[in-house]
Amino acid sequence: MNAFVATFRRDVALMWAGGGALAPLGFFLGATMLVPLAMGPDRALLESAGPPLVWIAAALAVLATLERLFQADLEDGSLDQMMLSPAPLEALVLAKGAAMWCVIGLPLALAGAPAAIALQAPPSLVPAIVLSLALGTAAFIGVGLIGAAVTAGVKRGGVLIALIVLPFFAPPIIFGSAVAGGDEVGAALSILAGCALAALALGPIAAAAALRLQAE
Amino acid sequence: MLTYLANPARFMAFSAWAAPLFFGLAVIAFAVGLPWALAFSPADYQQGETVRIMYVHVPAAWWSMGVYAFMGVASFVGLVWRHSLADVAARAAAPIGATFAAVCLITGSLWGAPTWGTWWEWDGRLTSMLALFIIYLGYIALWSAMDDEEKAARLAAILCLVGLINLPIIKFSVDWWSTLHQPASIMRSGGSAIHPSMLGPLLTMAGAYLALFAALLMMNMRAAIFRRRVEAARMRGGEA
Repeated sequence: MNAFVATFRRDVALMWAGGGALAPLGFFLGATMLVPLAMGPDRALLESAGPPLVWIAAALAVLATLERLFQADLEDGSLDQMMLSPAPLEALVLAKGAAMWCVIGLPLALAGAPAAIALQAPPSLVPAIVLSLALGTAAFIGVGLIGAAVTAGVKRGGVLIALIVLPFFAPPIIFGSAVAGGDEVGAALSILAGCALAALALGPIAAAAALRLQAE
Repeated sequence: MLTYLANPARFMAFSAWAAPLFFGLAVIAFAVGLPWALAFSPADYQQGETVRIMYVHVPAAWWSMGVYAFMGVASFVGLVWRHSLADVAARAAAPIGATFAAVCLITGSLWGAPTWGTWWEWDGRLTSMLALFIIYLGYIALWSAMDDEEKAARLAAILCLVGLINLPIIKFSVDWWSTLHQPASIMRSGGSAIHPSMLGPLLTMAGAYLALFAALLMMNMRAAIFRRRVEAARMRGGEA
């Protein structure tokens, strides 16, 4: 448990020192800004099709942060230290994922509120969109752990991570955009929570298995 | 059988005659199946002649999933028993499966245009099939991005096992989201719903695809093993 907390705090501190959520947030808002530019600012069109597109922006923002998640640990030897620790590597990987969610996922979810409003989501739907983004970023990070771990040894693996991880982003995006589109919000939120739990259960196990190989 | 072939030397001896044999079987099955499917089987009472796309499309869909399941088994064996031949098999199967998936998507699109009135619809089956194709591409890309083959094999195996999640999603997508793609008609409870005159050519074509897969798989594996031997010999030569 101590090792879990220590890894969590270390990663939060490191990410915070490296600019924290600032860059992913800026990326998220920038990508959101491009949506009405691409679709045209027509209000009726945005109202019907705009809000779900915050999910594309959120998925890309998480994707952009994955590449360095384990690579830095592999290069500076922290990963070897983690494996020497008596705590299971799976738990430490989960701690890193939790840190990433606190520093990057949660701010993204909160920023989803202004972004959704800017894309003409009805204000009554905004709390559900924020909640869905909080769950969805957890699912993205859980799957992203696997992609980041299998590519940790690849130099400039950014595009490769995207290719590997994107198909697994599909379920959260399907149900997340159902929330943002306002149909069957309750059911979609429950399924999103299920996606997040499944990703957070499976992700650390697969990622830890991959990281053990990386450090060999 | 499989444990017998797990020895690379025995596999090489076996595949030396089995690969051409399966290739011949594929040629025969296609020679029977293609005319049967494209000329002699009955046209559909609703779709007319376009139903013939089915004989190319459905086997490709089946075996794109079958090949992935095969890769999943090979990856598991490679990961648990550290068997290098299983790694070679998984890697050799990937481009074949990706091609089947591409054939399935392309022929499905060509079939959809006249019958559904659309080249593409974001329906559950089509989307999950596209996801399978992208997973294949990611798997192949991961293999080629790594220098250390030993490590690449294990990491790709982990990725392959994670991707297995997609197979039941594809299979049941037509039941979960009944949007456009029709549900299963061959393997379903209550017996097959396809007419026997169409089942014959369909199964022949499925057999042809399977024989082609077996032949190509063994040829790819042989090429990989030969390459390894050449590299090993070159390294020995370099040291001397």
